[in-house]
Amino acid sequence: MDWLDKLIKTFLDFEAMWKVLPQLLGTGLVNTLIISVAATVLGIVIGMILAVMGVARTAWLRVPARVYTDIFRGLPAILTILLIGQGFASISRQMFGPSPYPLGILALSLIAGAYIGEIFRAGIQAVDRGQLEACRALGMSYGSAMRLVVVPQGIRRVLPALVNQFIAIVKDSSLVYFLGLLVSERELFRVGQDAAVLTGNLSPLVMAGIFYLVITVPLTHLVNYFDNRFRTGRRKPTPPKSGLEEVAEQSLSPVYTRGENT
Amino acid sequence: MTYTSPQPITEGRFFEGSRLQIEDLRMAYGEIDVINDVSLTVEPGTTTCIIGPSGSGKSTLLRGVNRLHEPKAGRVLLADDDALTLKPDVLRRRVGLVFQHFNLFPDHTAQQNVALALRNVKRLSKGEAERIALARLTEVGLAERADHRPRDLSGGQQQRVAIARALAMEPEVMLFDEATSALDPELVKGVLNLMAELAQRGMTMLVVTHEMGFARKVADQVVFMDEGRVVEAGTPEQIFDDPQSDRLRLFLSEVL
Repeated sequence: MDWLDKLIKTFLDFEAMWKVLPQLLGTGLVNTLIISVAATVLGIVIGMILAVMGVARTAWLRVPARVYTDIFRGLPAILTILLIGQGFASISRQMFGPSPYPLGILALSLIAGAYIGEIFRAGIQAVDRGQLEACRALGMSYGSAMRLVVVPQGIRRVLPALVNQFIAIVKDSSLVYFLGLLVSERELFRVGQDAAVLTGNLSPLVMAGIFYLVITVPLTHLVNYFDNRFRTGRRKPTPPKSGLEEVAEQSLSPVYTRGENT
Repeated sequence: MTYTSPQPITEGRFFEGSRLQIEDLRMAYGEIDVINDVSLTVEPGTTTCIIGPSGSGKSTLLRGVNRLHEPKAGRVLLADDDALTLKPDVLRRRVGLVFQHFNLFPDHTAQQNVALALRNVKRLSKGEAERIALARLTEVGLAERADHRPRDLSGGQQQRVAIARALAMEPEVMLFDEATSALDPELVKGVLNLMAELAQRGMTMLVVTHEMGFARKVADQVVFMDEGRVVEAGTPEQIFDDPQSDRLRLFLSEVL
């Protein structure tokens, strides 16, 4: 069973895994989370703007949102990241210093914004038309109706899809390594890969993979929780109530009788 | 015959309505004409019921009055103001609309449903809006359900919240778009009672309904529409006891 030993040594060398663990925890995990969370927050802002533009009545707002979405959803993430990360490197260096993070996060946000915009737009459009009409009938402006009633309902519906998008961003954050990272700036993938190159063994990369799964798998299950919680709403089970009880409540005094004289 | 509901509308408070005049109104969905030269007048403090088969343009007409659907031609006068040249938001503050499917805000409690537009449109303080909301809910008999969300209310209760929500804006005219059509049969009466009471209290109302008993007893005027036109209009007695047109006779023979 020589080949089996070799296989285990290549992928599951516990010593190599153990050695890379502190770096994965202290540097890789922290940086991956910083990049992912920052890109998600910015992506949500961009996505919300795109979604509101996308459901607007005038084409002057709808078309630019459409074009933006088509471009950033249609390009490979790595291409966008390289174009933005290298293209704007000198400007970024003047503004933020030598770290490639700001541009990496910006590129990831621009991509995520396109996806999140579509998620929000679908959510907003799934809200019953009667909600907007009820607001308008009360004299509320379109903007107020969207802000106070329609958009919050739309967002609640798409929280599961939003968590999925965060998972995608966590994975895509590994692409930032193409922009060149200092030792302290390495995220999970780069930490694992460096260790793999040094030791000539893939186990550190496997360990990095486990870290990704530790982030993403619980989130996947959180999606299911959200799904139940937000689609059906938190609701205490109550026994069915006879409609006649309500009738009895109302008939404390003489009432109008339906269908009389007809 | 008097109509009473268990919770009296605020003691001695009568509504001050306005005259609603619809003149030669035309409305269309794209190329398709759905309202053709409809004219009718609702005098202040009176109730007009619109009856007619489905597809006759009854609901569309109501939506034309508060311009949820913009009319193509004709005039709508609200207390002598041209409703079609007012800003839509201003017009809608003066005209309440109750929908067939309630359209309550599902993530707001009953009280918040009523208070939302008071705060956002009338710019009342939170406390004042909540106080008025609770008062209106009390009037429709739902004070104890003020903190319930729509899904925890029956259809009849939801519709009464929707009526309270419209009333809270102190409209000059109330429009009801088949307000009881989506309700379970045993809950219809409670809502009709409330509407009858509003009518008696002097609310100016334009009511699209399939409840012929309600139209007969509560309406001051009944309008029969078919194919986007007013076929016949008159007092309930004229419409129900002495129909002139074959159309109306056929309609009545089917629904009564």
